[in-house]
Amino acid sequence: MAEPEILLVDNLTKTYRNGQHRLTVLDHVSFSLVTGSTSAIVGPSGSGKTTLLSLCAGLDNPSSGSVILNGIEIGNLNEDERASIRNQFVGFVFQAFQLIPTLTALENVMVPLELNGKKDAANLATDLLGQVGLGDRLHHYPTQLSGGEQQRVALARAFINRPRILFCDEPTGNLDSDTGEKITELIFELNKAFNTTLVLVTHDLELANKTQRILSLKGGRVETDEEVNISG
Amino acid sequence: MIWILKMAFRESRGSKKRLILFLSSIVLGVAALVAINSFASNLEDAINDEAKGLLGADLVLKARMPFSEDAESLIDSLGGRQSQEIMFTSMALFPKIPDTRLIGVRAIEEGFPFYGILETYPANAATEFRKNNGALVDEGLMTRFGLQPGDEIKIGDVTFAIAGGILNIPGESIRAGLIGHTVFIPYASVTNTGLLQKGSQVEFKVHFAFDDVDAELLVESIKPTLVANRVSSDTVEERKEDLGRAFSNLTSFLNLVGFIALLLGGIGVASSIHVYIRQRLGTIAMLHCVGARSLQTFSIYLVQVFLMGLFGAILGCLIGLGIQFLLPMVLADFLPVEISYAVSFQAIAQGILIGTVVALLFALSPLLSIRNISPLHTLRSTYEDDNASKQDPLKWITYGLIAVTILAFSIYQTKDWVNGIGFATGLFAAFALLRLSAWLIVTTIKKYFPKSWPYEWRQGLSNLYRPNNQTVTMVLSIGLGAFLISTLYLTQNMLLNQVELSRGENQANMILFDIQDDQLEDISQTVREFGSPVIQQVPIVTMRLSKIEGETLESLRESRNRRIPGWIYSREMRSTYRDTLSPGEVITSGTWIGNYDGGDIPISVEQGIAETLELQIGDEIEFNVQGVPISGVVQSFREVNWQQVQPNFIFVFPKGVLEEAPKFHVLVTNTPDTETSSAMQTAVVQSHPNVSIVDLDLILSTVDDILSRVSYVIRFMALFSIITGLIVLTGAVMTSRFQRIRESVLLKTIGASRRQVLKIMVIEYLFLGVISATVGLILSLLATWILAYFVFEVAYVPNLIPGIVTLVVVALLTVLTGLVNSRGVYDRPALEVLRE
Repeated sequence: MAEPEILLVDNLTKTYRNGQHRLTVLDHVSFSLVTGSTSAIVGPSGSGKTTLLSLCAGLDNPSSGSVILNGIEIGNLNEDERASIRNQFVGFVFQAFQLIPTLTALENVMVPLELNGKKDAANLATDLLGQVGLGDRLHHYPTQLSGGEQQRVALARAFINRPRILFCDEPTGNLDSDTGEKITELIFELNKAFNTTLVLVTHDLELANKTQRILSLKGGRVETDEEVNISG
Repeated sequence: MIWILKMAFRESRGSKKRLILFLSSIVLGVAALVAINSFASNLEDAINDEAKGLLGADLVLKARMPFSEDAESLIDSLGGRQSQEIMFTSMALFPKIPDTRLIGVRAIEEGFPFYGILETYPANAATEFRKNNGALVDEGLMTRFGLQPGDEIKIGDVTFAIAGGILNIPGESIRAGLIGHTVFIPYASVTNTGLLQKGSQVEFKVHFAFDDVDAELLVESIKPTLVANRVSSDTVEERKEDLGRAFSNLTSFLNLVGFIALLLGGIGVASSIHVYIRQRLGTIAMLHCVGARSLQTFSIYLVQVFLMGLFGAILGCLIGLGIQFLLPMVLADFLPVEISYAVSFQAIAQGILIGTVVALLFALSPLLSIRNISPLHTLRSTYEDDNASKQDPLKWITYGLIAVTILAFSIYQTKDWVNGIGFATGLFAAFALLRLSAWLIVTTIKKYFPKSWPYEWRQGLSNLYRPNNQTVTMVLSIGLGAFLISTLYLTQNMLLNQVELSRGENQANMILFDIQDDQLEDISQTVREFGSPVIQQVPIVTMRLSKIEGETLESLRESRNRRIPGWIYSREMRSTYRDTLSPGEVITSGTWIGNYDGGDIPISVEQGIAETLELQIGDEIEFNVQGVPISGVVQSFREVNWQQVQPNFIFVFPKGVLEEAPKFHVLVTNTPDTETSSAMQTAVVQSHPNVSIVDLDLILSTVDDILSRVSYVIRFMALFSIITGLIVLTGAVMTSRFQRIRESVLLKTIGASRRQVLKIMVIEYLFLGVISATVGLILSLLATWILAYFVFEVAYVPNLIPGIVTLVVVALLTVLTGLVNSRGVYDRPALEVLRE
């Protein structure tokens, strides 16, 4: 039996207005992702990668078209309803880590669970931080951690809610190649362990090639949509 | 909710100091309010505790003429311990110097005060002075003339030995006798002074002390007899009420000044929280990204602000409790009682409440923007919200709440709708004008930017409108402080100038009054011998208004058909007769008739009092001229310029009516200098001790003295606003510190020297200080003009010197505060900053 679709994007268009000027960043983009798949969105700067990710993850509203995430049309929801969807089904990893500087590693990871009112947030977060190799850095603040360690915390935070889909925006962009490599491995490892659908936005073709599918954007349109033959 | 509290605590890590600094701007405002309210509560307690001492007796009966036989019998029948007193103003001569001074004489029998202590030095002088025909002289007068116990004072025909100085009279602040310093003499000696002649303004009193009589009930029972005999009464309760009302007005006024400091702090909070939220953009976006609802993130920061507001308010309360110890010193000249210190929990509760509410309300507007922060900021740091430019109705509700709070507080403090609304409106207008001026200045600088100026000047100037600039906040806070201070100085200056203007050549600057018929020629001669002109010589006849349109004042008061002010009823009025109008007088209605040719006697009435008494032209009015009824008709209404140094009158009769009535004269002259003035006064008083003299120097020094004391109190209160302004400035500088560090590092990286970076900062703060102070100064000129025109009704010629001094001081303070808080900005390592 075919896996169900977790994300369905149909004729998605995003236009920004700047005074009299209209700038179309995404132009009638359509695709769908099945649960548990891994995909990469690639393309040159300004091709609309990040905009596509923000619309798919419910961070922004489309100008037209629709995004159905986990069976829910999110384009028509208000900000708080989308926040609830993100909290339940979505995980994020950012290039700049985006940890809350005033919270410790543990507290950063606990936030999504605490928002849900989960009682055992601290235990779950401690376990997950242990899994990403930061069992001894629980009470460190982001500024006390290296870039790689910060991204591990971000990964733990992204997976703590067992999301159905994980969006990663240039997850290794701020890291050196060795650290980047380790983080990549960890992403795929956790993705597999949690059976999450992975969407990577990247410039890095080597990283993109580790996914099952590559969507290439140019000028706001899908230029190519290719299956990747993963070996090993 | 627990998560919100946890997050509020976690999220404040590393920012507590900054938050405390933000909210410290409300500390002084709260401190001022708590200090004043706590002081007011202690004062009320003290007035209650020392109630009997306030009057020195259980009951005082008083009249403006000798008690009638009926009144005397009533007084005799009341029993209890009694002490008679006669009060009047007179000239006192100090033979040792020699010099003269207008004084308030209190000839008083033994017994007074029955309660409280008449404090003198030496202490026994209070009771001993009557034994050797001695006098007690107000301490201020003793100091002024360098007098010692044992020196002499001549009042009328009697020379008294000064038995001691008066330190405190029960129920009176020493400064109550500011205009006429008080001198006590034995009651038995008053007749010998020869000063109780007809025409003198004399008050007759009897002080009572009862063992088992309720003075309030007693007064109620004898009221009809008192009214019939034009005797008024004073009881402890009445004195308490009068004092309570007076001090309630004073503390309300001080509270409003303190409230301005608190509002200024509120603006500081709003500005700081705005910057704080901007700095928290990433965190808030991340929280939204992982699923926090807007209300949740909003609540996190609301809790932080609430707790910090509470902290600021509590700190303010503690400081306020300390400051209340200073207030009795500041207000020493006005206090009738010794204040003991107690913590007023009501004042603390009020302070905490209003401090927290103001902090929350002013923080609410920037906090509300949290709801619209998009999670997209996590992906793009430069993301600009489409919603940012949209008007948020909740923000307008917040502004409305702020306005309502200000209005409610103002009305609560003034206990008067009109005054409360007036104060609030004035405040809104000042804030609006300051804000508008700030916007205009920034817009003008942008539009007409001086491109040819040296780089440092251009950079300093353009920093005023850099992104996230706080120019408007600073102009508001510094400008309002400058506005308050310079309005105070300008008003004081204006009032003194007004008096000073009367000093012109040949302008009247001295008035001699209580001159008897047989003294007139001799005194005119003395005046001329000193080379001074007799500018005016006016006969004065004392009389009482007894009937209007055939109805007695008593029945008018009872029927309330007309408003009859108490003073018209109880006081003797001084009227004159003449055939011409005085300079400055204008007939506004009816016709002026200067000579009486028979028929109805035409009387001219001052316009203001005519309106009060609801008189019409043609109304019949009757006077009791020292026992003889004289009636006439209202012939004209006159506008009188009360500011002229000359005798002005409410009722003026034509020539040919009052010539034979017992009268005295007033002589108006001009002395070229204070030496001549002093010598002339001494000569007149030595030969005619009953004559009283008021000269312009006395008026000037009195006005100056009163204004100095009042403005000292206001300046003390305005200090709270000034310091709050500096705290807001400090907060603003601290919040933009990181931006400044980045800028200076960038400048350093591309080759700017320490001197250049410093110069840019000095120029920026200098512009800020000068702009703010100039705006404040312009507003204060406007406010002073409004006060001059509408309140004091004088022509206003602005004296810019106090304003310029304020401008320079404010600008320097701004530069100093800015630089002190920017220290170390240049010294941060470039790499460390650029990597942040």
